[in-house]
Amino acid sequence: MSEFVQFCFSGLTVGAIYASVALGFTLIYNASGVINFSQGEFVVIGGMTTAVLIASGVPIWLAAPIAIIAAVIAGMTLYKLAIEPARGAPLVTLIIITIGASIFLRGLMQTVFDKQIHRYEGFSGEQSIAIFGAALLPQSIWILGGSLVVFVLLVWFLSRTKAGNAIRATSSDILAAKLAGINTNSTMMLAFALSAATGALAGVLATPVTFTSYDAGVLMALKGFAAMMLGGVGSPAGALIGGILIGLIEAFTAGYISSDYKDAAAFLVIFLVLFFMPGGLFGMVRVERV
Amino acid sequence: MTSLTLENIGISFGGLRALDGVSFTANSGEVTSIIGPNGAGKTTLFNIITGIYQPDIGKVLIDGTDVTGEAPHDLARRGMARTFQNLQIFEQMSALDNVMAGRHLHERRNVLADMFGLPSSRKCNRESAIAAQAALKRVGLGGVANRPAGDLSYGQLKRLEIARALTTEASLILFDEPAAGCNAVESREIDDLISSIASDGAAVILIEHDMRMVMRISSHIIVLDHGRKIAEGTPETVRKSPQVVEAYLGVHGAKEAGAALA
Amino acid sequence: MSPVLRAFLIISALLLLAPLLFPSVYYYRIGVLVLINTLSVTGMVVLLGYVGLVSLGHAGFFAIGAYATAVLPAYGIPPILTILVGAIGAALVAAFIGKPILRLKGHYLAIATLGFGMLVWMVLSKEAWLTGGPDGMVVESIDVKAPFELLGIKIKTAIAWYWICAVAVVIGIVLATNLANSPAGRAMRAVHESDVAAASLGIDVARTKLTAFIISAVYASVAGSLLALFNRYVTPDTADFLHSIEIMTMTVLGGASSVYGALIGALILTSLPQMLTVFAEYENMMFGAIMILTMVLMRQGLAPAIAQLFSRGRK
Repeated sequence: MSEFVQFCFSGLTVGAIYASVALGFTLIYNASGVINFSQGEFVVIGGMTTAVLIASGVPIWLAAPIAIIAAVIAGMTLYKLAIEPARGAPLVTLIIITIGASIFLRGLMQTVFDKQIHRYEGFSGEQSIAIFGAALLPQSIWILGGSLVVFVLLVWFLSRTKAGNAIRATSSDILAAKLAGINTNSTMMLAFALSAATGALAGVLATPVTFTSYDAGVLMALKGFAAMMLGGVGSPAGALIGGILIGLIEAFTAGYISSDYKDAAAFLVIFLVLFFMPGGLFGMVRVERV
Repeated sequence: MTSLTLENIGISFGGLRALDGVSFTANSGEVTSIIGPNGAGKTTLFNIITGIYQPDIGKVLIDGTDVTGEAPHDLARRGMARTFQNLQIFEQMSALDNVMAGRHLHERRNVLADMFGLPSSRKCNRESAIAAQAALKRVGLGGVANRPAGDLSYGQLKRLEIARALTTEASLILFDEPAAGCNAVESREIDDLISSIASDGAAVILIEHDMRMVMRISSHIIVLDHGRKIAEGTPETVRKSPQVVEAYLGVHGAKEAGAALA
Repeated sequence: MSPVLRAFLIISALLLLAPLLFPSVYYYRIGVLVLINTLSVTGMVVLLGYVGLVSLGHAGFFAIGAYATAVLPAYGIPPILTILVGAIGAALVAAFIGKPILRLKGHYLAIATLGFGMLVWMVLSKEAWLTGGPDGMVVESIDVKAPFELLGIKIKTAIAWYWICAVAVVIGIVLATNLANSPAGRAMRAVHESDVAAASLGIDVARTKLTAFIISAVYASVAGSLLALFNRYVTPDTADFLHSIEIMTMTVLGGASSVYGALIGALILTSLPQMLTVFAEYENMMFGAIMILTMVLMRQGLAPAIAQLFSRGRK
């Protein structure tokens, strides 16, 4: 029993992180139809920057916002320099560009920071709380809470604000959105900025538990993507639930099967979803116009 | 003899009924035209016939065989070919290569023979080139065979698609607005071409906005409005049907339409 | 002149003449690496350039070849034959995973192949009993000088390797060029440009994609086997994500639409890190920047740009 609860805790914790990554994917996907492969790097920028600042004596309440701003700048620069000039290009081109951005950012972090593994202390200390004989880290509560807040803000933003409506309009028909007077460029820039902030926040919250290093982004992106696929591409609720599920699947794989292959669980989910449920839990299959 | 029969076809998109209870038969040697105002569901109907969409209800039959929901390439194997309203050209390929791609089903397909450049593969290539060249000549593009398709004019591309469909030797060919955007001369040429394709024995199904063309070359016309079939028959019958004129061009346009159709 | 003959003559001439520029045997070693990468990239040209699909896991197939060559001799299969076994293995794996994922579009394929590559890497790192784990394993060496000595030619090992790989590359490029101008290749290019139009002509889109995927996997696997034999050592890094990215970057830099691009991309991105320490130090950033810049400024890659320069010169 206590073992089971323990796996649930760790699954929920990492799942919430994957959910945040998936939410970041969803934002950009909804605005532009692009899957931004450098989403994982935003998470690493958040975690690494915070870790390095804290190590040099900056308090967390200052380090975290700086890290998020750094990621936002990276996201906006990425859009301005690489995505915007290639607007209207074939999907393959955009995929290669965001992959390139991912590798570039990875290299940048290796250069600016280092190749070490980083972490810092949890926001509310390291003293775990015992529940049903299992240990819950206070940081896990921060992570779960953070993801929920991001989710709620995102849903509110997309459905209740003018900018959010612009994002949705841009995604469903870019020409119509332009005709309706929406500045589609600044809308997409906003989506990249928000997505970067979402990723970086996940990194800031997660690093005390998951640690981080310059090359941690790929795996993070992969799992975020698995989460998004499981939930249904484009759906914020799907991203949240998909993330949590991937986290749980991974934790139980590690606990009951083999910790060597816990990372394989996400791939397995990707393959199974592709096979049996291409729309995911909350998604829909888009009809293409010919 | 090939015939295409639609039985009670219906499909909805997001609660919107795009087609409702559409039935008709198209026979070989004839041009069957589908007309109707914008949004009547013509292209949707084409996409159902060619297997891109699955109808919610109803059947598509080729020579009595139910082929509803078969994949587009399987339908091509059954002798179906089409052109596209918004051009689907292989732009990076030469005009000749575009049309040669239409020979796919006539080619021996063995990728290893192709990679090793075996005589069988070369022979196949030569035969395809000859057939494609002939199809290009037939549509009047013999002179631009080696030009990249991306360099051709809109009217030429329209004819290139026709040549590509022709070279499949399909017995059932669907043309989606083949003359749209073409000038009067080009339009006339396409007219004649389609008539000759039908008289060669293929069943031709045509979507076209140019009413003069439709009236001149169709043996059989189906009129759609808001996803429903509102009339069917020879050009004579359809021309005389007042609700067709009204539905097709709107009440205010009915007068001019009458003049155009007369 | 047919495109195949032209490719054969140009590539053969380049590979024959290149050693004139090599100041030392060390350069033959770089040459071998360039050629092995050219082979992987040629496979990628078939996949990305002909049929228009992205794979971020090609290092996985490369590693299948490399480890087939490393592992199988212990089970009595002669090293040369392991190249073939590896290629067949890679083809089967590609067929197995390609079947479900190739039905889907761009992003899914990219992610699924990325996952595949990482999965291979994971297995190679964790199953130490078979693969030696993260430290890798030694590969039984073969006597590459033998065929030359048979002809009475005395030759250094690295130089022998250069000529063997040169032959492999010429064969690889001729096969890929043949394919481009054949019925199967035409179907691939048709699928690349419009899958609806291709399907309307009877081309089985999924099958065509799968064929290209399998072919590209075989190229990668053979390249992997050659590298294993040449280095006489393999590590799981052959399957690393970065290696997949390297293959991809070489492909887009050279230009995915032609086999010449494969050679150009492999040449530049293999030799630069060997010669410029700055490049090696900032490898990630360099690769990333090259991918972005090529896609934004010169989407067709270098090969068409160079070809244009030549044809302009002729006029």
